[in-house]
Amino acid sequence: MSSHHESIIREPLVTGDNITYARVTNEVLIPVENKPNKAWWIGFTVAALGALLWVVAVSYTFWTGIGAWGLNKTVGWAWDITGFVWWVGIGHAGTLISAVLLLFRQNWRNSINRSAEAMTIFAVICAATYVVSHMGRPWLAYFCLPLPNQFGSLWVNFNSPLIWDVFAISTYFSVSLVFWYTGLLPDIASIRDRAKGTRRRVYSVLSFGWNGSVKTWQRFEAVSLILAGVSTPLVLSVHTIVSMDFATSLEPGWHTTIFPPYFVAGAIFSGFAMVQTLLLIARKVLGFENYITMFHIEAMNKIIILTGSIVGVAYLTELFIAWYSGAEYEQYAFLNRVSGPYWWAYWSMMTCNVISPQLFWFKKIRTSIFWSWVLSIVVNIGMWFERFVIIVTSLHRDYIPSSWVMFHPTIIDVCVFIGSIGVFFTLFLLFLRVLPAIAMAEVKLLLKSASHQAKKKLMAEGKVDPVQAQYYKESLTKYDSVPASETV
Amino acid sequence: MGTHNHTHNFSQQFEFTGKPKTWSLIAIVIGIVAIAYGFLIDTSETHAERTFANLLLMGYYFTCVCAAGTFFLAVQYVAQAGWSASILRIPQAFARVLPIAAVILVLICAAGLFTHHEIEEEGVKVSAPLLYKHWATHGLADPASEHYDEVIAGKASFLNVPFFLSRMVIFLGLYSIFAMLFTRFSYNEDLEGGMNNYQKSFKYACIFLVIFGFTTPIWSFDTVMSLEAHWFSTMFGWYNFAAMWVSGLSAIALTLILLRKAGYFTWTNDSHLHDLGKFMFAFSIFWTYVWFAQFLLIYYANMSEETVYFYERWEPEFKPWFWLNIVINFLSPVLILMSRDNKRKENLMMFVAILLLCGHWLDYYMMIMPGTVSKHRTFGITEIGIAIGFAGTFAFFMLNALSKRPLVPKNHPFLEESLHHHI
Repeated sequence: MSSHHESIIREPLVTGDNITYARVTNEVLIPVENKPNKAWWIGFTVAALGALLWVVAVSYTFWTGIGAWGLNKTVGWAWDITGFVWWVGIGHAGTLISAVLLLFRQNWRNSINRSAEAMTIFAVICAATYVVSHMGRPWLAYFCLPLPNQFGSLWVNFNSPLIWDVFAISTYFSVSLVFWYTGLLPDIASIRDRAKGTRRRVYSVLSFGWNGSVKTWQRFEAVSLILAGVSTPLVLSVHTIVSMDFATSLEPGWHTTIFPPYFVAGAIFSGFAMVQTLLLIARKVLGFENYITMFHIEAMNKIIILTGSIVGVAYLTELFIAWYSGAEYEQYAFLNRVSGPYWWAYWSMMTCNVISPQLFWFKKIRTSIFWSWVLSIVVNIGMWFERFVIIVTSLHRDYIPSSWVMFHPTIIDVCVFIGSIGVFFTLFLLFLRVLPAIAMAEVKLLLKSASHQAKKKLMAEGKVDPVQAQYYKESLTKYDSVPASETV
Repeated sequence: MGTHNHTHNFSQQFEFTGKPKTWSLIAIVIGIVAIAYGFLIDTSETHAERTFANLLLMGYYFTCVCAAGTFFLAVQYVAQAGWSASILRIPQAFARVLPIAAVILVLICAAGLFTHHEIEEEGVKVSAPLLYKHWATHGLADPASEHYDEVIAGKASFLNVPFFLSRMVIFLGLYSIFAMLFTRFSYNEDLEGGMNNYQKSFKYACIFLVIFGFTTPIWSFDTVMSLEAHWFSTMFGWYNFAAMWVSGLSAIALTLILLRKAGYFTWTNDSHLHDLGKFMFAFSIFWTYVWFAQFLLIYYANMSEETVYFYERWEPEFKPWFWLNIVINFLSPVLILMSRDNKRKENLMMFVAILLLCGHWLDYYMMIMPGTVSKHRTFGITEIGIAIGFAGTFAFFMLNALSKRPLVPKNHPFLEESLHHHI
């Protein structure tokens, strides 16, 4: 996994003194092995009320039909698909962290992959609720699977990207779940070994008989790499195909060749923002400052600048090529985006997604926990607007001016959306109580090479270049988990 | 964790003499002869245009590979990559050739725009430039002219000779300045040690990546997409980036392997090769992804202003090559480099690197020829000779640059990590 030698200038992935394997287990399992505190109960109550709102809003939709939403003849797809794409996009960061960063041997993934991947799974579940709820007759959901003809000659339309989406997302969900669960096995076994009674029996079944032998670990490492190799093309394919739901059409503003990679970049962007939103709070509340360090926060902020800028290149390319194409419908679609009645949505998107992440160029901002959190929320909002701009702004003024309209969401639209956020947080808060939010086994791998105490030992032994050691100490000044006496 | 006793000679320098020098000079002579043949001896109707198309192809390819070397350097600094520290002098040598490549490309484009020949367009004789005739032919943007073209006129504020050439000069000039800065910082680091030059490299790498990221799409819209000026595709910029990056990585891998075979870079091991192989594998898939997404979306929507691009490439003159492009640049690297062990075999990696370099020549050929010589395309002395000539030019200048510095950036803070690289 790790190289034999790690340069002293690399910032620590684990901080704190006297961090032992036992202490990692003890600290990470505090929320799992103890009764929840008041903060958790408050959070959970709010989230569960949100989830309840979702149940009410979706039940009402099923009872009255899709007419409960604000759709009209021209804008036949609006908040429903916006919410779907938003959630699927958020899901991407988890797989990126757990799979792509594993392939790149990026050790900093070790302490954030678990919760990021849980977030992925919950986000995909939220996305799936949109698919099912806007089917109108969800009890016929199985019609989107290619069933044998004995079932009635109802083959799905394989030419439709919506069907590709069914395959892409269900495959992605299954593989993510397997990958996440496989990674959990050694940690579930740790919980099992410390538990008693029924609890022990439950975790025993869940741990699939993990015994921690060398052979088991070897298989674990091998299967992790294989699943990472399988997940990587899958995660890229998911948002590619989501983008094709739009880009295969003839709709100006939807049909453009850059969509697939641009959607993927946007998905990673929004996913990392959501990881920040969750982990910046979780690390504080659960006391994980030593494991999710300033390096992790800064690295994720850097990915947010990178992907935000890629998305920015895509926005500008689209705008430029719309002009360059000379096709008047294309030109109008973009003129309408920039200066039409939905100008505020376009400029919110531009401000939130392209301009505000550029603030992370300032080290002060990207190493500030407060600003990182605020900007992560801004990006979440911006990415919702991006989908709204693409979908509603393109549809609301189509080829026939007599059918031009505006879209007005109903209270049900709003409740379904807010409710889905409730569902998401309910699941995430439950996850924090029953499973370790940090991959303990993987963090333990880092103690000997990438932790602050290992580096202090090297420096104390005088084995490192003093200039580089100085550089290392200077980099620690921004850490909230390293005492000022150890920095410069 | 143990410390090795290094037995490698880190002040070793590449000696640019003997066969590499002779062969690269011979290749340059072949290129000059091929250019002379194309302009003077070849008597076919489109000989001058064909020679220019080939010059553009290789000039662009040459610049792309050098730019990819610069991009590689910047990415290594920004990503704080450790594994590559001991091979950085190779992409640095690429970067040092970038200014030369840039000047050659600008000269080719300018010469192509300012030399004219007579062509027949819908029965009318027109004096068209040898490159970029679809937008640079006189009268296309003039409503009074009989050649007036409304679509081209709409783009004339962007596609006009002064703006076109100044964009190219500014972009390539900027890339070249950064290329020079990176190599200078690295050399200063050899002399001074410390963290100062590393930090500067890091900072300038960030700035470079922003500039490069925002301008390369325009660079490829200009240089290649505007050859068929009516056509447009938002993906084209990233498609060209993918081609540039794969060919740059293949060129880095090929250079490293050949130097290892000549007894240099003894401190690199299978893991370095493996990592380069992974990059070639991954970005070949990325190239295919971008290629396929562009193709599928245009095919599916079936709008005439977009499909015309692929329609031309499905004419009998191009169709077999159109598919061969996918076979070489996608199927081969995927099938050959899929296994871990293959990425660690020097000769196999060398084969794939050469295959990909040839494959992306074909890729550029498929981008450039339909918009220039169109149905008169061939493979002959002009194509092969000019390709050899530019390969020789690249080898000559790059190896010359490489020979000027020690082969290891000895004070690079991640050097030890790279020397102990093991995956």
